[in-house]
Amino acid sequence: MSADPIYTEMIIEYSRNPSNFGKIDEPHIHRHDSNPLCGDSIDLYINIDENKVSNVKFDGKGCAICMACTSVLTEMIQGKTLDEVKNFQKDELLGELGLEHLIKTSPVRIKCALLSLKALKHGIYTFFVEKMNDTESAGNLKEEASSLY
Amino acid sequence: MQSTSYSLENIRKDFPVLARKVRDEKDLVYLDNAATTQKPIHVIDAISDYYKNHNSNIHRAVHALAEESTEAFEAVRDKIAKFLNIKDRQEIIFVRGTTEAINLVSYSWGRENVKKGDIVVTTEYEHHSNIVPWQLLAQEVGAEIKYIDIDENGELILEQLDDHLATGKVKLVAVSHVSNVLGTITDVNRIITKCKDAGAKILIDGAQAVPHMKVDIDSLDCDFYAFSGHKMLGPTGVGILWAKKEHLEKMQPFHGGGDMIREVHKYETTWNDLPYKFEAGTPNIADVIGFAAAIDYLSNIGMDNVRAHEIELTAYALEKMKNVKGLTIYGPKDPQKASGVISFNFNDVHPHDVATIIDKNGVAIRSGHHCAQVLMEKLNVAATNRASFYIYTTKEEVDVLINSLEDVARVFKL
Ligand SMILES: Cc1ncc(COP(=O)(O)O)c(C=O)c1O
Repeated sequence: MSADPIYTEMIIEYSRNPSNFGKIDEPHIHRHDSNPLCGDSIDLYINIDENKVSNVKFDGKGCAICMACTSVLTEMIQGKTLDEVKNFQKDELLGELGLEHLIKTSPVRIKCALLSLKALKHGIYTFFVEKMNDTESAGNLKEEASSLY
Repeated sequence: MQSTSYSLENIRKDFPVLARKVRDEKDLVYLDNAATTQKPIHVIDAISDYYKNHNSNIHRAVHALAEESTEAFEAVRDKIAKFLNIKDRQEIIFVRGTTEAINLVSYSWGRENVKKGDIVVTTEYEHHSNIVPWQLLAQEVGAEIKYIDIDENGELILEQLDDHLATGKVKLVAVSHVSNVLGTITDVNRIITKCKDAGAKILIDGAQAVPHMKVDIDSLDCDFYAFSGHKMLGPTGVGILWAKKEHLEKMQPFHGGGDMIREVHKYETTWNDLPYKFEAGTPNIADVIGFAAAIDYLSNIGMDNVRAHEIELTAYALEKMKNVKGLTIYGPKDPQKASGVISFNFNDVHPHDVATIIDKNGVAIRSGHHCAQVLMEKLNVAATNRASFYIYTTKEEVDVLINSLEDVARVFKL
């Protein structure tokens, strides 16, 4: 079989050993999300200190793509400022795993790849609005999240 | 196939889509029949013939096309009556599918007959369409939902039904005739007897039964029976609700509109006779007529042969799967106790990944929760893979499925 465009070594490795897998007790941000049709289901936990992501974890069940993408997402936002996280784009995430092609080739599996980013954007939105009382910074994150896929 | 009298080769020729290549010229191996079956040319032709030569609205106009269309449409009701041994054609209601049929009962019968504190019993292996309508009803009237659990073989623990019935509060037992995930064949006769003794009504979701085995509604003697045409070679958008006349007569209509009325005045309306009282609006005429061709096709093969073919395939698949390392099979391991559905997980690989990888070999299976999340919870899995067979499935296709699992093992380095 020729090299698989989805199931690369890196994806398989992440799905076997996800990064930052676990839970944070009483996190500043907690967002649960799932894909109703395939059964991917994750919880994303984030702590913010001095406007930066000081700790991030996730747990849940999902396919290899979901697990790998969520792992990479948590690695990429660790230590980032809220502003940077807010502007985090799907291309960055997909590019890291060589999955940009999914946008075109698999409208079904793109949902697995972007579930964590959707949860992140929703989570940050709620944090701005509810914890910081800052709807301005929250901007249109919620709409962005809903229109990811 | 040797064991039955019809030729598998000829059957396959009747299904144009089976000749298709998918994913880089691979033969299509269609094993998602529990979701929907493929359609024989007879069904496709019947629909196109209807639009080419007869198309008209029915039941109202007097012109030639209207007469032909009405006659063809109503003839399907008689065909269904014969196919399922239904004694009274007025008890057959055309709906969109099983889902609509169950919602109709929940709305029109449920709101009148299920009251605060009453119980509706269903099972752990129901499709969402036989759970959610009862939840909606229960929320509205303040009733309670109770479950019959499944045992480790994927069979219902019927003693639990006795306990529920003993409360004296059970108004309805809603149960599927065959589980769409496990393939388990429910012992509906026993359930019906128990319900009768306790004075509870019974609804059977036959979406996975009517396509796969002989069903005799008259001798079953339940209260409501629902199924979908598209899971038995017919077009999408056609389903049947059968209900005892004594219920239909007392029930309020589900939808209001044309066709279901006798007289409409400014402030009140009287209802049309059965079955039209429950068929508001222009029905799905073309697809109902197409469905007749599906029933003819299955009748020609004979439902006993359909069942025999599935038993043979399931036995073959189960035997082969025994030798695959890391395969967990859910549900009955005895092909006599199940229809042609096998749910499985492969090592710790998520079903979506399994399905994506084997799709490259042209193999179409379902992965996910199969609209049965209550069952997934019970099995303690997020999802399963499901291979489901039908009259045109061959042993060679089962082999392709099983060999494809080797690709999954290679990709995931199992
Ligand atoms: C057991 C069972 N009940 C109900 C349904 C719903 O049927 P439909 O989607 O045709 O309404 C299905 C099919 O998905 C099923 O398998």
